Amino acid sequence: MSESKLRRVDLIFGEYSSAKYKVLEETLKRSNEDILVDLRESNLRGRGGAGFPTGTKWKLAADAPGKEKYVICNADEGEPGTFKDREILTRVPRKVLSGMAICGRVIGAKKGIIYLRGEYKFLLPELNREIEQYNDFMAKLGFEFPIEIKLGSGAYICGEESALFESLEGYRGEPRNKPPYPTTHGYMGKPTVINNVETFVNVVMIMRLGPIQFKLLGTSDSRGSKVFSVSGDTPIPGIYELELGMPLDRFVEEFGDGDTKAVQVGGASGFCVPRKKFTETVIGFEGVPTGGSMMLFNSSRSMYNVLHNYLVFFEEESCGQCTPCRVGCQQLRKGILAVKKGDKNSHYLDQLIKLAESMKITAKCGLGQSVGNSFSSIVQNFREEMIY
Amino acid sequence: MSVNEHLIRDLVKKNGRNRTALIPILQGVEEAKNYISDSDMIEIAKELDLSAAQVYGTATFYSFLSTEPLGKYVIRVCKTITCDMHGKKTIIQTIEEMLKVKVGETTPNKKFSLLETNCLGWCHEGPAMLINEKPYTGLTPERVHDIISDYINKY
Repeated sequence: MSESKLRRVDLIFGEYSSAKYKVLEETLKRSNEDILVDLRESNLRGRGGAGFPTGTKWKLAADAPGKEKYVICNADEGEPGTFKDREILTRVPRKVLSGMAICGRVIGAKKGIIYLRGEYKFLLPELNREIEQYNDFMAKLGFEFPIEIKLGSGAYICGEESALFESLEGYRGEPRNKPPYPTTHGYMGKPTVINNVETFVNVVMIMRLGPIQFKLLGTSDSRGSKVFSVSGDTPIPGIYELELGMPLDRFVEEFGDGDTKAVQVGGASGFCVPRKKFTETVIGFEGVPTGGSMMLFNSSRSMYNVLHNYLVFFEEESCGQCTPCRVGCQQLRKGILAVKKGDKNSHYLDQLIKLAESMKITAKCGLGQSVGNSFSSIVQNFREEMIY
Repeated sequence: MSVNEHLIRDLVKKNGRNRTALIPILQGVEEAKNYISDSDMIEIAKELDLSAAQVYGTATFYSFLSTEPLGKYVIRVCKTITCDMHGKKTIIQTIEEMLKVKVGETTPNKKFSLLETNCLGWCHEGPAMLINEKPYTGLTPERVHDIISDYINKY
């Protein structure tokens, strides 16, 4: 049935415009105000997962006092089940660099940094070649905005923006208290825009097509298209650019193996949606948001094992700075193990859910705050699998 | 001046003496020696005018920086969910049998270290592993056998 097919989009990975950096060159001829109007009009929301309105972020950084400002591209893609940023950086790096340069002009930054996860170090030679050409082009334009790449060293938490700044500044990747926010106190304590790789590409798309065209895609809360990383029990794993705001049942129809019992939306820190809720679930900011990770599980999988795997992940990747997260992750893992082994009775699961829920309000950063997303959604929907 | 001191001086020359240079310098030492020794950390601290404890604190935070000696080739097998579902266990077993080491160990000839790691970002092509910085995906016991044999023989 062709009408049941999800709409495939080809914006992010679409061909470059004919001349190199044409969109960038054209955009730089426009005023900063004009660019910001278009961005806000487009309703673009950050593609890293949190979904902060990009136009607002840029405006705040542009208005922040100070001459020294930075643009940072968050390429520390570490969420389990996410691999889209690598694909974007491999296939359309020029769009990323263009988006950063546009941001630099708008907020008045003189420097851009790409924070690339250490696991993607093999991308460096190709990316550096691209950056060299970019720098030549910018020199010709007479516009100063050099971009450099800094490598991470294997720490999931550094994808959290303030931990990323700490890491760039040469410290342990421990998140800072917020506020103040990066738009006023970011890298080196200076006003900073930090966006996900895909967000910068979206900016370039909006500059090229205009906000009206961009808004034709998606729903009122979730404009545009999104690059999804599809993995798990699917015959067609990979990268797909789809319209935002799609119903999950149609996603499963297209990507499932016919036996899908749950989809983890948004990675280990996201939500687990069981089969009975597929029809009522919308993928987007109005429903279940995602940085792109979509992991499918079929009925042969033990959701206990899935949850246990996530908890080991969080326990290892927690920076250890705040107690709710450091101790909480550990206790949740030990707790489900105790229930599974019969050392604790099933009511103990309710206590664990309370712990996970209190981590949501007490942990210092997004890592500890989102452990409860997958924990509660898996334990509540697959309670029996936790016990037997 | 020892070889290590030369290495660190060169890295300092390249990256500068600001605190922002610390991680690139540590990464440089790791790349050259596969680990960062106590004396390296003391030397880096001197060069950057930091306490050795600060250098140690930073170095030990990151899983790709090691303060214990590792082999020339560090094998990192992804253990996160989709790689796990698609047969990570048999990949580990194959490597363990070939190299006669367990996860976390280094071969006596210091050529290989076998580690597990969190999500490498190859979930659609798992199981996956890195050997130093090079990714290998879509692994099967047979394929991993060939890859490791290549490393044993060629390098």
